[in-house]
Amino acid sequence: MATLSEHPSAKIRAGEIPGRMPIELDRVSHNYGDRLALDNLSFAVQPAEIFGLLGPNGSGKTTLFRILSTLMVPSGGTARIEGFDVSREPNRARQQTGIVFQARSLDLKLTVAENLKHQGHLYGLRGETLKTRSAEVLQRVGLSDRANEYVETLSGGMQRRVELAKGLIHSPAVLLLDEPSTGLDPGARRDMWQYLKTLRDQEGVSILVTTHLMEEAEHCDRLAILNQGTLVALGSPLQLKSAIGGDVVLFETASPEAARTLAERMGARFGVQPSVLGSTVRLERPDGHRLVTTVVEAFPGEIDGISVARPSLEDVFIQRTGHRFWTDAGEKEA
Amino acid sequence: MATLAATAPRAVKTASPGIWLPAYSLWVREIVRFYRQKARVAGVIASPLIFWVVLGAGFAHSFNTGAGSSSHYLGYFFPGSVAMIVLFTAIFSMMSLIQDRNEGFLLSVLAAPVSRSSIVLGKVLGGATLAAIQGIIFLVFAPLVGVHMTPVAIALSILAIVMISFELTALGFAIAWPMDSTQAFHAIVNMLLIPLWLLSGSLFPLSGAAGWMRFCMMLNPLTYGVEALRGALFPDTPTQFSLPVNLAVTAVFCLLTFAAAWAIVNRRTNKPSA
Repeated sequence: MATLSEHPSAKIRAGEIPGRMPIELDRVSHNYGDRLALDNLSFAVQPAEIFGLLGPNGSGKTTLFRILSTLMVPSGGTARIEGFDVSREPNRARQQTGIVFQARSLDLKLTVAENLKHQGHLYGLRGETLKTRSAEVLQRVGLSDRANEYVETLSGGMQRRVELAKGLIHSPAVLLLDEPSTGLDPGARRDMWQYLKTLRDQEGVSILVTTHLMEEAEHCDRLAILNQGTLVALGSPLQLKSAIGGDVVLFETASPEAARTLAERMGARFGVQPSVLGSTVRLERPDGHRLVTTVVEAFPGEIDGISVARPSLEDVFIQRTGHRFWTDAGEKEA
Repeated sequence: MATLAATAPRAVKTASPGIWLPAYSLWVREIVRFYRQKARVAGVIASPLIFWVVLGAGFAHSFNTGAGSSSHYLGYFFPGSVAMIVLFTAIFSMMSLIQDRNEGFLLSVLAAPVSRSSIVLGKVLGGATLAAIQGIIFLVFAPLVGVHMTPVAIALSILAIVMISFELTALGFAIAWPMDSTQAFHAIVNMLLIPLWLLSGSLFPLSGAAGWMRFCMMLNPLTYGVEALRGALFPDTPTQFSLPVNLAVTAVFCLLTFAAAWAIVNRRTNKPSA
């Protein structure tokens, strides 16, 4: 960006100028009729980072993705891509953005090269420039030898790679991916993440990925965790996990009632504040293993199982929302 | 590519692809998709042929009472037949719009920096091209009903067919855009299109109709297209309106249907758009 040449000594990274973040949300809200899908979301994606949007189904990820891809106007607030308001200047924002939708968007009756050519035309590329660029992105995703095959003859994993090539044809500064690993086998998933990291490191592309998979979220530089349309946590996976004090200890009991009684008695006896999830009592402690022996000796016969673990992203979610990642409430928006 | 460092300045691209390049690309796609589906190609060529053979054979025997009357009516019916063939191809080609939407293809077009009129133009021209080709193929049978195929007659008929194709495809686009199932589209199309054709002067002339029916026929965009085609093919037979009037009214309807399609596509909502 221009700021780099203007302040060569200031060591300001280009995107850190206000209004020029790759993605910037300012009090974005959205409602479908009476139902509030997004509630006052504000955060920004830094240049050249992989930013994850993690949340269960119904958390508002899809709604936010639609707004960022300019397919829907938010009911309130502003969303900007490279400084362009997605509601007021959708075409300027679209120029900066490459999008990989969750569902297939390729034309099956066309060849790989024809699909890319068509996509290039939509972004104003043509002639030699388009040919060169098309060859480049195909080489990037390792499909140079498939250029003239019909998309319908490719495997699901290869089609995903073509989707990625399609999203990158106009060298966007920002790449949006909606649940990109849907339908990919573990090997293909690994390849995809490797490729996204290369894009970030070598071309400085800022990448936003939505996901409902914890292990996927671990790959991201930073994460926003959404729950029922609100932002419940923001930070790197490591930061978020270390914000939880020490270990996570889980005590399995016979029933939810037993769990509640146990939690109360533990609270009274040790001065801790455990939480109850179904028939499990959950506790965060710096010295988890020591607590386990004490508790088991104190309440013999009431505990069916114990686990002590380093906190996971799911623990972050539980800590911030008070319920599990997968609940029935999450089934509202599929 | 790999030559850029992580903090390399990115040029902010502001160039717009314009209207014509994306429209051209969408048009090419319609044509390519068409000829890759051999059944569709066969249908386009065979259906006018079958239609005419059956029709011709039927009329020749059923209305054989008065001398010359059957061939006379067959001549009258000719422009209406062309209109019907064009109507079905034009409208049903816009079913591809619903397919594009359901297959996700449309989503990536809508998220591209393409003006909405470019999308309408590309899709409508694509569908109209296919419909017009089919209508023009049907002109081969014109000499059989006593048409003198002079260069002027050919040029004017092609012009009329192209305009009919365009207005009907644009109409189909406007109907198909808000729909998410081809079944719903079929239902609406049958409810709307059959009357549209019946009341276009294809079967019986405008001059013979009275009252509300005449009124409906006057409002029907297809009436003027069919009249224009009739005027082009049979310059000596009197029509309700003159050929220039018919062509002009059809042109206006082309603009109106296109504007309707454009307006429908341009609604940006805060509901999911695709």
